[in-house]
Amino acid sequence: MAEILIKNGFVIDPTRKIDGDVADVAIKDGKIVDTVSSAAKVIDAKGKVVMAGGVDVHAHVAGPKVNVGRLFRPEDKLFKSPMAQKNGYRMESGFSVPSTFKTGYDYARMGYAFVMEAAMPPLFTAHVHEEIHDTPIIDEAALPVFGNNWFVMDYLKKGEIENTAAYIAWLIRVTKGFGIKVVNPGGTAAWSWGLNCLSLDDPVPYFEITPREIIIGLMKANEYLGLPHSMHIHQNNLGNPGNYAITLDSLKLAEGIKPKNKFGREQVMHSTHLQFHSYGGDSWANFESKAKEVMDYVNQNKGITVDLGCVTLDETTTMTADGPFEHHLNHLNHLKWCNVDVELETAAGVVPYVYDKNIKVCGIQWAVGLELGLYATDPNRTFVSTDHPNAGPFIRYPRIIKWLMSKKAREATLDTFKYKDKVIDATNIHSMDRELTLYEIAQMTRSGPAKCLGLSNIYGGLAPGMNADVGVFDLNYKNMPSDPEMIEKAFLRAACFIKSGEIVVRDGEVLGHGHKNTIWVNVKMPENPQVMRDITQSFTKDYTVGLSNYPVRDYLAPHPFVIDVDVEA
Amino acid sequence: MPKLITQVGCPYCGSSCDDIEVLVSDDGKKVLEVHNACTIGNNLFHHANDSTRPMLPRKRQPDGSMKEISYDEAVDYTAKTLLAAKKPLIFGFGSTNCEGMSAVGRVAEKAGAVLDNCASICHGPSFLAIFDNGYPSCTLGEVKNRADCVVFWGCNPMHAHPRHTSRYSIFPRGFFTQKGQMQRTIISVDPRVSDTAKLADIHYMLNQGHDYELFDAFRTVLRGHDIPDEVAGIKKEQILQGAEAMKKARFVMIFFGMGCTHTDGRNHNVDIAISLTRDLNTHTKASIMAMRGHYNIAGPGQVWSWQFGFPYCIDLSKGSHAHMNPGETSSVDLAMRDEVDCFVNVGTDAGAHWPIDAVKHVKKHPFITIDPNFCMASEISDLHIPVRIAGVDEGGVVYRMDNVPIQFKAVLKGLTGVPSDEELFDMIYERMCKLTLTEPIWLAALEHRKYPSVVS
Repeated sequence: MAEILIKNGFVIDPTRKIDGDVADVAIKDGKIVDTVSSAAKVIDAKGKVVMAGGVDVHAHVAGPKVNVGRLFRPEDKLFKSPMAQKNGYRMESGFSVPSTFKTGYDYARMGYAFVMEAAMPPLFTAHVHEEIHDTPIIDEAALPVFGNNWFVMDYLKKGEIENTAAYIAWLIRVTKGFGIKVVNPGGTAAWSWGLNCLSLDDPVPYFEITPREIIIGLMKANEYLGLPHSMHIHQNNLGNPGNYAITLDSLKLAEGIKPKNKFGREQVMHSTHLQFHSYGGDSWANFESKAKEVMDYVNQNKGITVDLGCVTLDETTTMTADGPFEHHLNHLNHLKWCNVDVELETAAGVVPYVYDKNIKVCGIQWAVGLELGLYATDPNRTFVSTDHPNAGPFIRYPRIIKWLMSKKAREATLDTFKYKDKVIDATNIHSMDRELTLYEIAQMTRSGPAKCLGLSNIYGGLAPGMNADVGVFDLNYKNMPSDPEMIEKAFLRAACFIKSGEIVVRDGEVLGHGHKNTIWVNVKMPENPQVMRDITQSFTKDYTVGLSNYPVRDYLAPHPFVIDVDVEA
Repeated sequence: MPKLITQVGCPYCGSSCDDIEVLVSDDGKKVLEVHNACTIGNNLFHHANDSTRPMLPRKRQPDGSMKEISYDEAVDYTAKTLLAAKKPLIFGFGSTNCEGMSAVGRVAEKAGAVLDNCASICHGPSFLAIFDNGYPSCTLGEVKNRADCVVFWGCNPMHAHPRHTSRYSIFPRGFFTQKGQMQRTIISVDPRVSDTAKLADIHYMLNQGHDYELFDAFRTVLRGHDIPDEVAGIKKEQILQGAEAMKKARFVMIFFGMGCTHTDGRNHNVDIAISLTRDLNTHTKASIMAMRGHYNIAGPGQVWSWQFGFPYCIDLSKGSHAHMNPGETSSVDLAMRDEVDCFVNVGTDAGAHWPIDAVKHVKKHPFITIDPNFCMASEISDLHIPVRIAGVDEGGVVYRMDNVPIQFKAVLKGLTGVPSDEELFDMIYERMCKLTLTEPIWLAALEHRKYPSVVS
């Protein structure tokens, strides 16, 4: 592979505490190196910002519910998609739920190198990997969902952490998954009978286990296995007024657990799309922000990382394994509703949603997401996300960065609200003067999420030896534009993006499909005869697919990067 | 020693049973026995033994006869024909694997083709209803483990999906349905006394074409309103009885088939069926599912949705963006208006399943069939290219009627020199790139591609 030298850019690399120093970045054979020969291709980054490739900790980009979102929303296409590039690259389609090609291209155009598919139903693993295969450029991994899995609930009810861990190790291995995702623990299982768990102590029908026990059990199992990532949770009672109380209660469950891993990860719980979980009030009438209360707790507890889940004020498509929530949402907006209950494992729902700036609640939700980011004292534990596409499509990350970096931009958006005064009354956004720096943005989009995922040795920084994923953005660090729109523009279309040592984007245009990897975790644990017997029996009696057809075959993840985890007995 | 291969997927109906056992000969070239499959599935495996299976492409000669040609020639002809056509139509894909469906996307984009699948003449109206109203559904295991009231509306699985009732919907003893059929109330809605209707606890023998009214009556009753003494030829008491059975059930499952999508009302029937399911969810738990016909007809809907954003009727001829408008971009309509000037029939038999007038129209232009077998379409084609049989001598991913991906195994060694759909489409794509002096755009780096482009 060719050598590349990115010269004279303002380098921002929180992993090495470099903040805007003018320096060169050298690349050889897909890795960052100290020096390259004079034959290296030179990219002039003078007057531009140079950062590592972005790392997205949580987005719904591949799999059955994402595809339902594409399939059942033709209105999300024609006038909302750009036309294909002129240079013969694949057609692009979809706004809130882009096609696999557009997903890969748009992430690359924004300088993103890695994206975590946030919820993989194990039964649909082959589908998830087929889509990942068809998504160009970006590296991807997927988190199988465990929070409503019959095996997990059964073992945890009996207090069997080791068996739970053995089952998880097996499932992550056969699904080529990455870690433990939990969505509305217990609630989604209850939804199979049309019910839900709205508090931490609501028992799951039949299984008679509570969300509290599931959360604690899965955190313990995660640390028992020593996985690169922590338990990654979408908490109970998402989206409802007053839910910040259960959010705080759930976050507190992390207090007793210590991280144990060899990947430099320090948290034991990643609480995702926190915006949806930080609401006060007891009705839509007195709905208000509790971002401060939630963030005050997060700031004090190193055992927790979060991502924002910012509302971007777009028409989008909500999709989540929180089946009962989507049913509930459908009763609020009366649009079309898709649902898939998955035998023994999980469920999912999909409902289109319009975050309208003329609706007070949407304005408050917008403010809550940004407040969380602005209250964060440790940007290395607070990450930019939209829970794509739930609170907005991922192509709005640059807009979120703009809002976080510019009070002027926030005020301009507030001014467009029909109920501006009511939104201001119910939130703190108007009084917040903080403007994040490029360094803090690099922490929130690069070094932070990479560390949280246990991938800090390959992503999120520019130290020699790391993956050569480098973005060059048209922003002058010494002379930042006074117009905040320029920030969004620069981050939306990178001046140059190098993925795995190959130039894949120039001036926002895709030039190549690069070298994409599927990343998965191979948990090596001695075989547990009881768990294997239970699995075999369940596939014989309860499942409708054969056990031998369940593990995803190697060719579906054709260029894997496998992380081995040896579990000490 | 013959070898018994277990948990094999069956390449017949949308039930996509994956519990078939196939005994193959020592050399892996002959199917000796097939266990667990229905009669049709059984025959599909044995058919692979047929010594008259085509092993080389056949091209129509000026005198009307068919002559065997090499794969290179066939690939070249197909590439040139697709490039020469202004608006080719590539149709079918009910009976092949998703790898082929993914690969054909590149070919269709390059050719500026219309890409369509058998849903166009089958569950297309269901897609229209899903676009409008959503799709509250579940996997078939949920039906097996939970459903205690199962409605078959306009479908007859006893014939069309022979093992559906024993694996998923009527007979099996599931986790919460330990008593099997005893625990389930079976409702059949069919103007005929079908074999499924004979099994039902309640059979609504409605007037043909009056499905919408009967759905509406159920919704009206469930919402607490009165209905006329007779709706769609069904007595009020009977409707009340069925509504009560659904309302009292813990888990209601509605399966619907061609009897909804291809009778008066079409997509509107499916639309109101979905509304009924939504209504039922305020009383109990309810799900709905289309009885998809072929073992992988759900596949193209999935693959092309992730590639182009639409499940079927995808017009790529504009070059810049995909466009779907059933009626305008649907296969039979395009054919009837004589808007396509090249037809490629893949993994289906348009010759047998299309209206004859539509077939006559597409027959005016180059007509290519890509299918493992002789069929009506292959016999009227200008070129027939045989491929391996997905599910018999080629593995791959297929999507069951509930959109669950099942990884099928190959049980036989493929015929020497015969490519899979994916390999063939990749060869055609490479040839098209060569002819147009453009660089092929693969998804991954060349060394990471799923299959090499050279066929052994």
